[in-house]
Amino acid sequence: MNFQLSKEQENVKKMVREFAEAEVEPIAAEIDQNHRFPIENVEKMAKYGMFGVPFPKQYGGAGGDHISYAITVEELSRVCASTGVIVSAHTSLCCWPIYAFGTEEQKMKYLPKLLKGEHLGAFGLTEPNAGTDAAGQQTRAEDMGDHWLLNGAKVFITNGGFAEVFIVMAMTDKSKGTRGISAFIVEKSDEGFSIGKTEDKMGICASSTTELIFQNCKIPKDRLLGNVGEGFKVAMATLDGGRIGIASQALGIAQGALDVTVEYMKARKQFGKKLSQFQALQFEIADMATRTEAARLLVYKAADMKDKKLPYGMNAAMAKVFAAEAAMYVTTKAVQLYGGYGYTKDYPVERMMRDAKITEIYEGTSEVQRMVISAAVLGK
Amino acid sequence: MAFNILVCAKQVPDTNVIKINPKTGTLIRDGVPSILNNDDANALEEALRIKDEFEDVVVTVVSMGPPQAQDMLTECLAMGADEAILISDRAVGGSDTQATSNALVATIKKAEKEMGKSFDLVFAGRQAIDGDTAQVGPQVAEKLDLPQVTYVEECSLNAEMNEVTVKRNLEDGYEVIKVKTPCMLTAIKELNTPRYMTIEGIFSAKDKPTHVWSAADVEVDLSTVGLEASPTNVFRSFTPAPKGKGEMIEATSEKELVEKLLVGLKSKHVI
Amino acid sequence: MAIKVINDKCKGCTICVKACPFDAIEMKGKIAEIGAACTACGVCVAKCPFEAIEKVEDENDNGVDLSEYKDIWVFAEQRQGKLMGVALELIGEGYRLAKEISDDTKVCAVIVGDNVAHLADECYAYGAERVILIEDPLLKNFTTDGYTKVLTDAINEFKPEIVLYGATHIGRDLAPRVAARCNTGLTADCTRLDVRVSSYIDFANKNTTLDTSTLDPNDPDTGIKQTRPAFGGNLMATIICPRFRPQMSTVRPGVMQKREPVEGAKGELVEYKPTIAAADIRTEVVEIVKSAKELVSLTDAEIIVSGGRGLGNEEGFALLKDFADHIGGVLGASRAAVDAGWIDHSHQVGQTGTTVKPRIYFACGISGAIQHLAGMQGSDMIVAINKDADAPIFEVADYGLVGDLYKIIPLLKEEWDNADALFDASAK
Repeated sequence: MNFQLSKEQENVKKMVREFAEAEVEPIAAEIDQNHRFPIENVEKMAKYGMFGVPFPKQYGGAGGDHISYAITVEELSRVCASTGVIVSAHTSLCCWPIYAFGTEEQKMKYLPKLLKGEHLGAFGLTEPNAGTDAAGQQTRAEDMGDHWLLNGAKVFITNGGFAEVFIVMAMTDKSKGTRGISAFIVEKSDEGFSIGKTEDKMGICASSTTELIFQNCKIPKDRLLGNVGEGFKVAMATLDGGRIGIASQALGIAQGALDVTVEYMKARKQFGKKLSQFQALQFEIADMATRTEAARLLVYKAADMKDKKLPYGMNAAMAKVFAAEAAMYVTTKAVQLYGGYGYTKDYPVERMMRDAKITEIYEGTSEVQRMVISAAVLGK
Repeated sequence: MAFNILVCAKQVPDTNVIKINPKTGTLIRDGVPSILNNDDANALEEALRIKDEFEDVVVTVVSMGPPQAQDMLTECLAMGADEAILISDRAVGGSDTQATSNALVATIKKAEKEMGKSFDLVFAGRQAIDGDTAQVGPQVAEKLDLPQVTYVEECSLNAEMNEVTVKRNLEDGYEVIKVKTPCMLTAIKELNTPRYMTIEGIFSAKDKPTHVWSAADVEVDLSTVGLEASPTNVFRSFTPAPKGKGEMIEATSEKELVEKLLVGLKSKHVI
Repeated sequence: MAIKVINDKCKGCTICVKACPFDAIEMKGKIAEIGAACTACGVCVAKCPFEAIEKVEDENDNGVDLSEYKDIWVFAEQRQGKLMGVALELIGEGYRLAKEISDDTKVCAVIVGDNVAHLADECYAYGAERVILIEDPLLKNFTTDGYTKVLTDAINEFKPEIVLYGATHIGRDLAPRVAARCNTGLTADCTRLDVRVSSYIDFANKNTTLDTSTLDPNDPDTGIKQTRPAFGGNLMATIICPRFRPQMSTVRPGVMQKREPVEGAKGELVEYKPTIAAADIRTEVVEIVKSAKELVSLTDAEIIVSGGRGLGNEEGFALLKDFADHIGGVLGASRAAVDAGWIDHSHQVGQTGTTVKPRIYFACGISGAIQHLAGMQGSDMIVAINKDADAPIFEVADYGLVGDLYKIIPLLKEEWDNADALFDASAK
């Protein structure tokens, strides 16, 4: 057992932190308030290789590992959770399934641009009537002989408004239930495909969350990802990895809230003493720090297991549910410790608290994570 | 034939983080990170910009320091440098700027011989934040017999790659200077904004050559390096005496604060 | 020179390990060991409670005959035919040092340029006893190659004991090059110079925490003791150059005192004919541009109003400028404010900016990072205004005001001219 980051991982942490503090943090409040997707920073992050961290260089990746990927999302989310999820959704939900399930032709066609960040990726599974119950897919894909025809709609799609490439789940054989779902690669320019309304959200306001609409959307035959009927398997495997990304985002939010609160408590005086000198408040910080560190261990362990090609689904679910709840706990405490100021937009903790909430919901709610964990522990 | 750029860099403690223990009057070094010296990062960035702009440019970073300085060199490689050299030896420890430049020059000459090339352009940072002397760059240039331009705030290499035009910062303006390569340029922060490491660079750094050489490896004359060979020596060192604490003005309003201050300044005849 | 641990006396207490500013001491078992990073600064010698560490002096065996070298030279930097202020300050300082060495040690101003003979009188007026004039059309503008060559040649011919340069962008370009070519030591950015041990002791007792009990005030040594900040001003070091000549220093502008000028003073003029050819100069000065940006003469300012991160934004400087204009002050800034892009670097006070010592220094919203303090601690009167009562700036302030500078500064401007009345009222 080794709890030390490697030299490379340390440098990733250092580099992303420097980048995040210099480029991301200064605009974090503004993009949150204006609900503005930070396209300028997406371009910079692309230049530095943040969109292809855990993929081999032969496909345009950075040649890193999943711990480094987790660190990247964590450090970005430490100052801006919206920016963190752009990387997470792109990497885990779009690039990874193409890398894991794509044919060599598909990989060579899509990965270089995606991993270099020239194209953003997104993932479409959730539908208005198929959220946690992902098997209830209503989007259909019909085999028209020389092409597929897609009809239906997806909702809550992260990066929707800015992605070029989408991994989309659709029913190819309703009678087979989850075994009748197949995965497809959809391009933004495909005929009959359009982006619907953009959601007005409580948090992660700078990330783009949209509907995807398919009206007789024609896509070539070679866009099928994996085999016919394997879509549910692709989706579940993808979400396993995605949970590491969201867990990293939650971890980053918690760390960010902890860091600013510590600074604040050392500066703010009440009753002639700094907040950091009150024992009751010191104990709050102790609990916040402990939960954050526990989350970190779970997240890095799940990422490490993925790197080592061990079964990591349960660990990713544990990391996600724990980190998300830690983020909610830490940010709520942070607002409390800031007092009245914490409730205002002059300080970042209220944004962090709003941002933290989504991590308990998307890519599998905390309830779903507990289903995954308990099934693994108890045996199905 | 490749165009070879050498960048002289130093690993330094981040002096912004250093604090003094008020009780003992000593430096607190715990938790002080070691970093690539600020001006040296600008020097490296300029070399990398030339590499981006021109074909077939090789950027080599050279440093003198303890073995841990390899970490800093790895960061330089992760930013995009092609190879790194560290001269690390007890024999060169305690060198002042004169002796340091002797060790670096021996290292540079050894590198040229070993790698069968000559450096067309040498960059250094203006000064290191731990010593602030700004002497090693010019002294290396002197001993390599290169012309130098210090305080470079703008730099452009001509298409033939044999002449640089630089803007040299002055206290009251600047001068524009032309100089043929090879030459030494020392960078200031106005020159550029250093890039970050790239993720790909971080994971490729270990595949790039890093040479760690001893004094014997670089065949330096041992009578020209180290504490013994340094013309300057530290006679004494101490922490500045903290000035006695002044008066905190107590008042119930800003107006009262201001009035009490003015009375105080008046009574001490400073206004 | 070397630091040695006397193994029999070392008790393994590790005080020296913690005291070492260079992290150069390690414990080998129960005994301290001096490592390669040692600069022989001697902090450990003073800190060791058991006298187990000693400084061993070497003999001078490098073949330099120190007695051949005499007089103090000041590189009297001129630009476009005008002397830099620091040149006059150094002539003043050189005069003081020369007289401490011996009555017949002279301070000489070295003027390099073309058609600059007229500057000699100004040098005499400020205390130079001799002027060495080096003129050539090729020396009209400063070039590293040209100036290094003629100055080194002159040094080799006349053998001065000490050479002082202003730590300007030109002085700091030229001096290291000359020092390398003369194979001697150079100390950068000095803020204090002494030759007599007794003067050094006086200085140290007044201004530092240095234990001077090990120094002998009757020590006849007149080697230069050059005191300068290191580690961003966290540490002061006094540097000597005992075995090589000339001893060279660059000195920060604004630190040394000019002498009162004596109109019509005369000295000895030595015209040194340089050997210089166009081919010796490998750089071409295409143009010299005086910057259009407002010249901030922080070094000469009587009053400085400085702003830091606590201003919160760029507009804060407009408020300070308004106040500074009203009271005849100049605008300064902390590194944090400059780094934030609120104000040009030329306003920066501190270790990496300008060293100032005005009559009054207003520090507004400046927390007092050590490197800022290094550049303004010499001010006669420091007034600090900050929201945070624990800001380190208050440790050095003569007057501390805890409050909102956006309220205090306008009031201060308003009441400034009422100071007399306020004072009279308070006296009653």
